[in-house]
Amino acid sequence: MIPEPAVGMPLPERQHTPDNVQLMLYNASLWNGHRIHFDLPYATEVEGYPGLVLAGPMLGDWLHQLVDEWLGDAGMITSVSYSNRGATYIGETLTATASITAYDAPSGALEIDVGIRNEAGEVVAPGTIGAKLFAAVG
Amino acid sequence: MTGLISDELLTNIGRKSKPQREIVTRRDIRKYAVATGNRQRKYLDGDVAPPMFHVPLFWDVVELDRLTPDGVSIDTLLPKFPLERAMAGGLDIEYLMPIRPGDWLTSVRTLTAIYEKAGRSGSLIFYEIIMDIRNDDDELVIREKTTRILR
Repeated sequence: MIPEPAVGMPLPERQHTPDNVQLMLYNASLWNGHRIHFDLPYATEVEGYPGLVLAGPMLGDWLHQLVDEWLGDAGMITSVSYSNRGATYIGETLTATASITAYDAPSGALEIDVGIRNEAGEVVAPGTIGAKLFAAVG
Repeated sequence: MTGLISDELLTNIGRKSKPQREIVTRRDIRKYAVATGNRQRKYLDGDVAPPMFHVPLFWDVVELDRLTPDGVSIDTLLPKFPLERAMAGGLDIEYLMPIRPGDWLTSVRTLTAIYEKAGRSGSLIFYEIIMDIRNDDDELVIREKTTRILR
């Protein structure tokens, strides 16, 4: 069972260091053929990126995973709002972070600030996740 | 409206895609869970779909000769905009019901807004698309709003 939520409480962080195989499988699962994700000469020489670009929605998925793992079977994600603010690349280690910004004990409604931080400390995918606990915890 | 957005461009607001109906399979859930690095057994086994599974489920499947040279499918819901370079965008998603293997889901996308804002280096065009995903009982399962910025 998860601990009683409190405003300001951080959730355990998680680091992601995706490699070419993971990025290829992710885009294959979508049917996304965008060359910037798998064609290194194209990504660097034509588009001018420093490397293969991570798919934006994959970072969005990691925001969900951080909260969803913490919730386990005690609750569910009800909403998300996030944006991709900057490109990220194969070889980077990205850190998913979250902290509780609102909790309404009677309804179980939670609001959680989430983000993906790159190694330079920039938040490249900020967002907010709404969640609901199914029953009182503690 | 002044600036980049013509009255004619605005007439595209309200345009809807054809409904797209897809079946959820355990195999597709498993592939997505593995590819995203998910660690929860219920998703890795495909018993239930993780959040954002609707992204692969409804990604447009187009034939090779309809992809652009950089491998992107053209979104036929969109009109021709006076700005073309896409910047970062955002997603707002409401999750109303769980998704499980065997579910048939139907999505309809609607172009709901086109507007202009002043950016630091000139005007930006924003557009919004809402995708409603319903089950065969016509219950809303997911509502997703995509906001994209053009410069």
